Amino acid sequence: MGSHGIKDRVAIIGMGCTPFREHWDRSTDDLMVDAVTDGLDNAGVAKADIDAWWLGTAQSGMSGITLAAPLKLEGRPVTRVENYCATGSEALRQACYAVASGAYDMAAAVGVEKVKDSGYQGLNAFPIPTDGTQRTLTAAAMFSLVAPAYAQRYGVDPDELRRTLARIASKNHSNGAKNPRAQFRREMDVDAICKMPAVAGMLSVFDCAGVADGAASAIVVRAEDAHRYTDNPIYVKALSFVAGNGSGLLDPDYDYTHFPECEWAANDAYAQAGITDPRAELAMAEVHDCFTPTELVLMEDLGFSKRGESWQDCEAGVFDLHGELPVNTDGGLKSFGHPVGASGLRMLFECWLQLRGEAPDDRQIDTIDRGLALTHNLGGYPGEMVSFVGIWGNSTD
Amino acid sequence: MTRGLIAAAGYLPHWRLQASAVASVLGGNQGKGARTIASYDEDSLTMAVAAGRRALAAAPQASPSTLWFATTSPAYAEKSSAPIAHAALRLAPDVLAADASGGLRGANAALMAALRSTDPATLVLAGDVRTGPSGSSEEREGGDAAAALLVGDSETAPLVAEYLGGASATREFLDRWRAPGELRMHAWEERFGQQRYAELAGAAWTAALKDSGLDTDQVTSVAIVGPHARAGAKLAKQLGAAGVGVADTLSASVGFSGAAHGPLMLTQLVESAGAGQVVALVSMADGADVFLFRATGDGAAATPAVAEQLEGGDDSLTYAKYLQWRGVLPTQPPNRPEPARISASAAERRLDWKYGFVGSVDRDSGAMHLPPARVSFRGGAVDDMDLAPMADVAASVVTFTIDSLAYSPSPPTIFAVCDFDGGGRLPVELTDVTSEQVSIGMPVEMTFRRINTADGIANYFWKARPAQATSKGQN
Repeated sequence: MGSHGIKDRVAIIGMGCTPFREHWDRSTDDLMVDAVTDGLDNAGVAKADIDAWWLGTAQSGMSGITLAAPLKLEGRPVTRVENYCATGSEALRQACYAVASGAYDMAAAVGVEKVKDSGYQGLNAFPIPTDGTQRTLTAAAMFSLVAPAYAQRYGVDPDELRRTLARIASKNHSNGAKNPRAQFRREMDVDAICKMPAVAGMLSVFDCAGVADGAASAIVVRAEDAHRYTDNPIYVKALSFVAGNGSGLLDPDYDYTHFPECEWAANDAYAQAGITDPRAELAMAEVHDCFTPTELVLMEDLGFSKRGESWQDCEAGVFDLHGELPVNTDGGLKSFGHPVGASGLRMLFECWLQLRGEAPDDRQIDTIDRGLALTHNLGGYPGEMVSFVGIWGNSTD
Repeated sequence: MTRGLIAAAGYLPHWRLQASAVASVLGGNQGKGARTIASYDEDSLTMAVAAGRRALAAAPQASPSTLWFATTSPAYAEKSSAPIAHAALRLAPDVLAADASGGLRGANAALMAALRSTDPATLVLAGDVRTGPSGSSEEREGGDAAAALLVGDSETAPLVAEYLGGASATREFLDRWRAPGELRMHAWEERFGQQRYAELAGAAWTAALKDSGLDTDQVTSVAIVGPHARAGAKLAKQLGAAGVGVADTLSASVGFSGAAHGPLMLTQLVESAGAGQVVALVSMADGADVFLFRATGDGAAATPAVAEQLEGGDDSLTYAKYLQWRGVLPTQPPNRPEPARISASAAERRLDWKYGFVGSVDRDSGAMHLPPARVSFRGGAVDDMDLAPMADVAASVVTFTIDSLAYSPSPPTIFAVCDFDGGGRLPVELTDVTSEQVSIGMPVEMTFRRINTADGIANYFWKARPAQATSKGQN
């Protein structure tokens, strides 16, 4: 595959991120203005310095005008992108490539989603005219299919797996409790989570990401220009994205214990970044914990655990805040909720803080000297999903 | 050449409501027996399609050139239902498909027309969902069912029953009525209707004997079907005294299934008759129609028989659930957007898939695609696929989940990844099953159902249900 990446050619010089909340008093416009203003201030640049903009939103607006109008941008290209739950990461991916190509000197990626104004629970896709034969299941139910399949394939007692899943949720709640931007800041112990009633398969609401509104932004320039704006830029090491073809839904060989799209994106990203042992080389990872079985399986798809062993690694604390490879140190989707267009950039914001040593003391990772962080998104369902993997570093090679 | 029934099939839904379950909520007489209940995802049409599949499966050599669908509970007031059945049964494009709706007599008229026609084969479908206000006689005495009668010549296919003759009698009078959109049926003073029906049924009986050249004592059994028990009482007494076996009208096991009840009873009569025996259907519905048939002992029986279906089913349905299913008891759905209406053009493009459950199979790799695709997921060949009709292919559950959050007319949604025998996979909703009953490895079969309704549009597609032991090998 001719995927060469843009390692060390682009740098992030500023980021903004709103708290993720039930923002009853903030509009989509408000959230974007806040996230962009914070990002510009953080980078020490002005709105007019940005040559091109990319806006990621799944369904909170259409076209670049969604961003251009509230920010009153003048004479600039603004592109709205959508790629399911990888939408925010997709916006950044495009901005990075635009700068790497030489087309623009400075570009911004903005992600936003106003989920709570729908009046419904969970994420709900807006209606597209169809023949009416599509599945109407919730994402929780589709991801719940993973748990019994994983238990059966690897001989894990379902009750034991139930506790492991609860431990993943508990870990992310514990991290989120330390993060003022997170929506849910209450620690939850494993026993309490296990006692919650099931809503989909063996999953309770505490196995599901929250629902929140939010926005985030990132400003990118060519790597060689970065030090004109900041002493500690974050460099783009790899950007990889895969859109699955849905064959898992058709193919009896697919077993619901892994997500091939995530494995492909990770392998491509590791090749771009020159990583051979992610568990040892990465300082941290922010992964798409939309549901607890998702994070479990991702530890294997991203190469952090061997196949069939992630449940033991989770239990052993490998991915805890001070574990061997901290995962979702900001609290993850579990604590933040998932405003689709913003989540990818929210994950990068945590890497930005951690790799620059700016995370609060009670959340600062011990592995910062490794200098590399990973963000990951997936969108869709097991068998039919998109996946993004980005790798970021605090120095060039 | 003789004319008659090439096949006859009945369909009783899985769910039954016990009279005692009603009494436990409403009080009053405990009552006896149970009635059949269409599931929340069934309607007059889906049940008729189920019966039609059974009839056509029993006589694969007959391809009907006309399809009639009769019901008093159509999905649409101004759109024919029959073309939907036509699509689900994958009949040829030149087949006339039309409704015989608007009253209880439609199925009788369609059957009579089919018997008098020169079509090599005509398929008469009838289905009804009988609903009424809580505690009403329609609710108590009604039943949900469907039947399919495949009428044709002996040259087309061996007959299961030869038509000997019949007659009708018509006179306008007011007995029972229901305004469009109304749940409740109204009735005139019972004795008036009883007397009118007695006269009409008597006249039609006499004329039918004359038409067939038979005497009463040559008739082995008769089913006397009418909208109220007393309507046919006089004729029943008279024929009983003459030695004709008067069939149980299934009032304590099915209930009166409206437009479907005559065809259903005829099916059961034919199924239980010995070769050479003469059976009669007397159907009273805004007039009277009499049909006389001789069972041949030939032809192929549809499976499962009505008697087998009476033995099966699930009578654990609660009265509250039943009221919810019929919309009599409004309940709070999960806080999710209601389904969007379907696109007419998108549905028409996918006619084979949506209604016929036809996938595609890659000629080279054999990979099955559900829904059909132009490009193969294995090997990538483009436009190199054959149609793969999958409605009659058995499948089994690979993994499943219970979704309490999804929007459903009857939460929770039970959903499974199903693998088909011989290849092919579909993640699909399950029906006619409870959360406790579903398991990995469970054999399932496909069934045509009403998925939802939006903007007045009934959205039909297929679901999987536990394979019926009695229908093993059918279709």
